[in-house]
Amino acid sequence: MSATTHEPVDGHTDDAAERSQEPDSASAAQSPLVSLESVGKRYGNIIALRDITMDVHAGQVTCVLGDNGAGKSTLIKIIAGLHQHTEGVMRVHGEETTFDSPRDALELGIATVYQDLAVVPLMPVWRNFFLGSELTTGWGPLKRLDVNAMKRIAKQELFEMGIDLRDVDQPIGTLSGGERQCVAIARAVYFGAKVLILDEPTAALGVKQSGVVLRYIMQAKQRGLGVVFITHNPHHAYPVGDRFMVLKRGRSLGYHRKEKISIDDLTAQMAGGAELQELSHELAQLGGHTAELKQVEADVAESLGRSTTR
Amino acid sequence: MTTSTTANTMTKSPPSAPQETDERVSKRGLFGTLMARPEVGAAVGAMAVFIFFAMVAPPFTTAGGISTVLYGASTIGIMVVGVSLLMIGGEFDLSTGVAVISSALVASLFSWYFATNIWVGVALALIASLGVGAINGLIFIKTKLPSFIVTLAMFLMLTGLNLALTRMIGGSVSSPPISNMDGFSSAQAIFASSVTIFGVNFRITIFYWILLVAVASFILLRTKIGNWIFAVGGDQNAARAVGVPVTATKIGLFMGVGFCAWVLGMHQLFAFSTVQSGEGIGNEFLYIIGAVIGGCLLTGGYGSAIGGALGALIFGMASRGIIYAEWNPDWFRFFLGLMLLLATIVNLMVRRRVEKK
Repeated sequence: MSATTHEPVDGHTDDAAERSQEPDSASAAQSPLVSLESVGKRYGNIIALRDITMDVHAGQVTCVLGDNGAGKSTLIKIIAGLHQHTEGVMRVHGEETTFDSPRDALELGIATVYQDLAVVPLMPVWRNFFLGSELTTGWGPLKRLDVNAMKRIAKQELFEMGIDLRDVDQPIGTLSGGERQCVAIARAVYFGAKVLILDEPTAALGVKQSGVVLRYIMQAKQRGLGVVFITHNPHHAYPVGDRFMVLKRGRSLGYHRKEKISIDDLTAQMAGGAELQELSHELAQLGGHTAELKQVEADVAESLGRSTTR
Repeated sequence: MTTSTTANTMTKSPPSAPQETDERVSKRGLFGTLMARPEVGAAVGAMAVFIFFAMVAPPFTTAGGISTVLYGASTIGIMVVGVSLLMIGGEFDLSTGVAVISSALVASLFSWYFATNIWVGVALALIASLGVGAINGLIFIKTKLPSFIVTLAMFLMLTGLNLALTRMIGGSVSSPPISNMDGFSSAQAIFASSVTIFGVNFRITIFYWILLVAVASFILLRTKIGNWIFAVGGDQNAARAVGVPVTATKIGLFMGVGFCAWVLGMHQLFAFSTVQSGEGIGNEFLYIIGAVIGGCLLTGGYGSAIGGALGALIFGMASRGIIYAEWNPDWFRFFLGLMLLLATIVNLMVRRRVEKK
C-alpha cells in the first residue's frame, strides 16, 4: 500500500490548479452539470473510491480512465444513481444531490449507456429505441403505439447521427456492436439527456466499430451534452476527450485538461509507470537487483512506445 | 399515409439517404419477410397437417368435422394464449393444467356448499385464478427462483388442494353436480353454449378463443405493455435499465395465465356441471407445446399469439384427425412429439439467423 503515498499528492495539486483556472476558460463559464467534490464510497470496510473531485460540463467530454478494479464503475454508478456515495458532495445542476435509483438520475437528465445492457437483441430497432418511453395515440382501451411515428423518428434520429439503416424493423441483434451502442446513445440523446455516461462503449469493439462510436461521442458533444466516457484505452479517450481523469485503486491519479497532458503521458499514467518506479525504489532499498528491474522497465517503455505509434 | 409521413421527414433531413433506403427495403423480398415472422413454422405445419388429414380422413373436411376440430383446438388454445404471452415474457407456468380445474372447483364447491347463486362462485373463481397467478408471480419475483421451480411447486400444491378440498367439502373425488342451482342456466349460456351458423353448430369457446387471440395480438404488437413483454423476455436487465417496470409486467403475465385458466375452467364446469378433482394433470405441457409449436422461444423474447393459436389448431387437427382416420389414438402422442421437435428446430434456426450477425 505504500506505493500509493506519492502520486495522489501530485494528482491533487494538479487538480486544485485546474479548478482555480476554471473561471478563465470559456466552456467553464457556465456552471457544471454535475460536479463531484471529494466523493468517496465504502462498501463496509472496503474503500472502493476515495476523494474524487471532477466536473462534467455541457459540451465537453470527460474521460475516466483506469485499469480493471480501479473504481471506474463505482464512480459511474454513483453518478447514474445505482449506488450512493458515502463521502463528499455531489452537485447536479448546482444542487447537492444523492440519487436513490437510476430513475432519479434519469429525471435530472443523466442517462447511462451500459456496455452490456444497452438493448434487447431480438426486438426491432424502433421498439428498442422507444423502449420504456413509447409513443402512443388514441385513448382508453384503444390507446395504442404510434408505430409509424416511432419508426419515422427512430430512422430520422439514427440517420442524423450517421447510422443509415435499411430497415428499422430488423432485430437490433442483426446490427454490429458499434451500431447497437450508437442506437442506445441516440435514444438517450433523443429523450433529453443532458449528461451522458458511457460505460466502456468501445471495450468489446473492433477498430472500425470503435471509430463509429467515437464519432458518435463527438456528435453528442456538439449537441451540447456533457459526456462522461469511461474506458481503459487512452487511444480512444485522447482524440475525443476534453478532460481526463486517471483512476487507480479507487484514487484519482490526476485530473487533466487536454492541453496539459500528452497521449504519451496519459498512457504512461495508465500503465502505471510511476508505480513501477516506486517498485524499483523499494526493491533497491531491500537490496534487489535493480539492473534486472531496469531491463523490465525498458521493456515496458518499449512496448508502450509501440502501442502509441500503432 | 406512410408516403406522406416519409415525405415530411425528407424535408427535414439532409438530402441523400431516406429515399434510397426505402428502395433497399423492398429488395428484401417477400420470402425474407415471411421467414422473419415467428409463426411461419406453425403456419406451414398447420397447412401440412390439414392437407394430410383431409386426404386420409374424408369426414375431417366436413362442416361438422371442422367444427369439432375447432372446438378441440379452442379448449387448448384459450390457455395457449396466456401461456404464449408468459413465455414471450421469458417465464414458464407448469401449474396451468391443474389451475383450470382449481378454478372450476372453487366456483362449484363454494356455490354448492353455501348454496349461493352460481355467479357468486364464478366471480370468486376469477379472483382465485388471478390470485394464483399473482402468487406465482410474487414468489418468483421475490425469491428470484426460476419460474419453472416456483410453478412446479404450485402445480403440486394445487393438485393436492384440488383432491383434498373436494373430498373434504363434497365428500367425493368429483365435485357435486350443480345443474339445478340458481344461475346455472345463465352461466351455461355464457360459458358452454353453442352457436349455429349456416346450420353448423359451433361451441362458444371457439369465439372466446378467437377473441382472446385477437386481444393478445393487439396487446403484444400495438401497446406499451406488449413492448414491455418482449423486452422483459428478451433481456430483463436491459429492460430495467431503460425504465420498463419488469416486476409488474411479469406478475401481470402470470395473472393473464390465471384469467385464461378461469375461462377454460368455467367452460369445463358448465359443460358437464361436475368436475373431476384429479383432472388437468399433464395438460400444462400441451399448452406449452402449443406455444412452442407456434414459434415462442423457450428462452423468451420472441413469439406471437397467432403462432400459439396455430399451435393449438395443429393440436386440435391431430387429436380429432386421428380419430376421423380411424387410427389408434395411441399414435397421437407420437405425432405431438414429432411436431414439437420439428417446430423447435425451426425456431432454433430463426434465432440463429437473428443472432449470428
